[in-house]
Amino acid sequence: MTSRIRVSADAPWYDLFSRGARDWLRHNQKVRQAVNERLLDLLASGDFISNPTERTVRVPVRMLEHARFRLADPQSESGAGQGKGEVGDVLRPSKPGAGDEAGKGGTGQGEFQLMVELKLDDLVDWLWEELQLPDLKPKPSAAIDEDEIVREGISKRGIRARLDRRLTVKEAVKRRAIQSEPVPFVDDDLRFRQLKQRPRRATNAVVMFGLDVSASMTTVERQLAKTFFFFALQGLRRQYQRVETRFIAHTTDAWEFSEKDFFDVTGSGGTMASSAFRLALDLLDDHYEAAQYNAYLFYASDGENSTEDRPAAGASLQALAERLNYIGYLETRAGTVRFAQTDMRSLMDSLAASGAPVGSHIVSEKKDIWQAIRQFFVRQADQEARA
Amino acid sequence: MATLAEHAPRIEALAQELGLEYYPVDFELVPENFMMETAVYGLPVRMPHWSFGVRYIHQLIQRSMGNSRIFEVMFPGDPCHAYLVDSNTLPENVLVLAHVLGHADFARRNGLFVRSMEMAGGRILEQAAARAHRIDEALTEFGQERVEAVLDAALSLEAHIDANRPLYRAPYAELPPPEPPPAHPFQERYKDLPGEAPPPREDAVPRRLSVPPYPEYDLLWFIAQYGPELDGWERDIFLAVREESFYFYPVFACQIMNEGWASYWHARLLREADFLPQDLYVSAIKAHSDVVRPFAGERQLSLVVNPYHLGFSMWERIVEAQGIEAARRICSEDDDFGFVRNHLDAALAEKLDLFVYEIASDGETKIISRDIHAIHEAILAPKFNFGSPRIAATKMDVDGSLTLTHNHSDDGRGLDIARAERVLDYIARVWRRPVFLQTADDEGAPRELSRRAPK
Repeated sequence: MTSRIRVSADAPWYDLFSRGARDWLRHNQKVRQAVNERLLDLLASGDFISNPTERTVRVPVRMLEHARFRLADPQSESGAGQGKGEVGDVLRPSKPGAGDEAGKGGTGQGEFQLMVELKLDDLVDWLWEELQLPDLKPKPSAAIDEDEIVREGISKRGIRARLDRRLTVKEAVKRRAIQSEPVPFVDDDLRFRQLKQRPRRATNAVVMFGLDVSASMTTVERQLAKTFFFFALQGLRRQYQRVETRFIAHTTDAWEFSEKDFFDVTGSGGTMASSAFRLALDLLDDHYEAAQYNAYLFYASDGENSTEDRPAAGASLQALAERLNYIGYLETRAGTVRFAQTDMRSLMDSLAASGAPVGSHIVSEKKDIWQAIRQFFVRQADQEARA
Repeated sequence: MATLAEHAPRIEALAQELGLEYYPVDFELVPENFMMETAVYGLPVRMPHWSFGVRYIHQLIQRSMGNSRIFEVMFPGDPCHAYLVDSNTLPENVLVLAHVLGHADFARRNGLFVRSMEMAGGRILEQAAARAHRIDEALTEFGQERVEAVLDAALSLEAHIDANRPLYRAPYAELPPPEPPPAHPFQERYKDLPGEAPPPREDAVPRRLSVPPYPEYDLLWFIAQYGPELDGWERDIFLAVREESFYFYPVFACQIMNEGWASYWHARLLREADFLPQDLYVSAIKAHSDVVRPFAGERQLSLVVNPYHLGFSMWERIVEAQGIEAARRICSEDDDFGFVRNHLDAALAEKLDLFVYEIASDGETKIISRDIHAIHEAILAPKFNFGSPRIAATKMDVDGSLTLTHNHSDDGRGLDIARAERVLDYIARVWRRPVFLQTADDEGAPRELSRRAPK
């Protein structure tokens, strides 16, 4: 007999590499992409704005299915089985209350859910790339705040604590290579890091959110405002080391709120936007020195403002415009058709026409928010470029 | 204690004595994880795709729940490659070794396997690895998005080959240019005069029959061959997937026969291997009965028929009633369709307690028949057409748009529309022209789906 079989047991590389794990990671990447596409819906829930500890979102997702041609589910499924029993015997009773879906799930592997944990910062980064949004720079006029000490350059003299060992050894190696009888180290090898004091620009920002909570603002409109606020804030957070937030709600009068309460507040009666603008001015004057803070105001309203408030609102906005990097006005028009130019809109427009840093955006559904965000950041960057 | 390598020669000698014929077999002891991945991918080294990742995780979960254990994976070829789990016990691996020899004998005899090897050669594993490598290169060169788009389409059509046609196919025949009309006798008289050249032929270009000239069920080949803007490397991927499908087809079409044959031989080899130590024999036979038992766990009823058990029972009976030579003839001539229809008779079905059941939409499950023909068809139903709906390419328009037609009268009902639409999306991305699909809706009325290539 000639042996035609060979038995071997040396397969050293099999343990080193898992194809399954690699393709599973790719699957997860695709899941993330799919999740990113519904980000707006996901992020609109939850108090992400001022709650810095909750920086991750957990989203339950289904595993992706690679589609194949398959026959439609039959009315009833049949197959071959094995075991005792007479024709007509019931092997499994019908499930009480089970509708059409029952019995169809028996074909494949059990479904299970994945939890995808998304880091908020990653999401915002992704968003910025996706929308190709520019990065903002701090107000160029921002005064010098404090000095910072930065590393700059290398020198042959210095104090011991700033000795750069790596560079020193490098120098020594170079020298030894060309010397015939090298010594380990000479003074000439030593390299020291140099420090320098440099003025630093203000990198703090305060973002104020104003919301019209008068009776005419619906839940949907608030949700729109909230989503817009969220992304505007995330964008600013990318630029500034420290961002403080303030929440102002108003009807005919204005109050400051915590984030959590802010979106739940409901007021009644008329609308006097000037009250919110004045409160914003007061906050700025009391807490945020112009030289140290870049300041932003985002204001959301359905556009209706009482007529007698117009001069007051105009004046306070004018005053705010001088202090702020930017005023973003978001007009929410969910469900209703209000084509006419609103009071607030014309106020903002005239302000913008006079050269103030003001932008208005109209949103009626979630997908408009992308546009608004985009518009806001692109315009901001343009203004900086001109400045 | 003796190792597998020491038992192997004696088992092999016995196998040859009993008339097993096979190409050389390379056995390799591998970690369980490698085994699991090989089972998931279908090949030891295969192209990357995220859908394998999903199957891998399912397998991993199944394994962690103790539901599935893979004893052996065997790839026919010349040489055959067989993998054994290095953490299995020696008796288990002795059993697996004998089992693999049974598979190797089957692959050498069975007509479908023989034909597959004649067409593709005996070194599929190496070729698959080389193709996987080329796809890796394409990934670097063209980027994940593009390569994945092609793999999405090609792998989703994995089962849509025409196994009756050859692996290497020439494009459709073109019509020969039409014969010039016979000259009129009047012209005939003058044709030799100077300046009387025959009129230029109208279509010197060969005319093509309409494409495809008949419903084309080999969608992978058709797209590779006629995709209007397919790049060379994209074609390669389609053909790679197709070649692997051709390789998988005999395994799929002969599963009951093949697993039964291997089980028959491992049982017989163990029985006659009187040189094996008694305790090893007992443990190996225990493993055997785990493999070929009809029911999972303690249950006495199953809604699936274990192909090992069914095939094993059928071969035992055939050998007993007709002798080993008749069994070998059946082995070379049949696939599961002929095997089950011709050799699973009412007496055996009754002995094995086979039945046909039905699950109503409310979940109620009933035995509806013990008729032998109904049992045949219930066993074979999932095996028709590589387990997929019958879909053919039926028309390619001048603008390049493609029409696929689902043969819903053969299949008994229409397609799952949501999934079909997604497959059309995959196809449209590589076909790059509109793609239409004709099928039927729930009521059996014609329904046409269409997809355009994304910009």
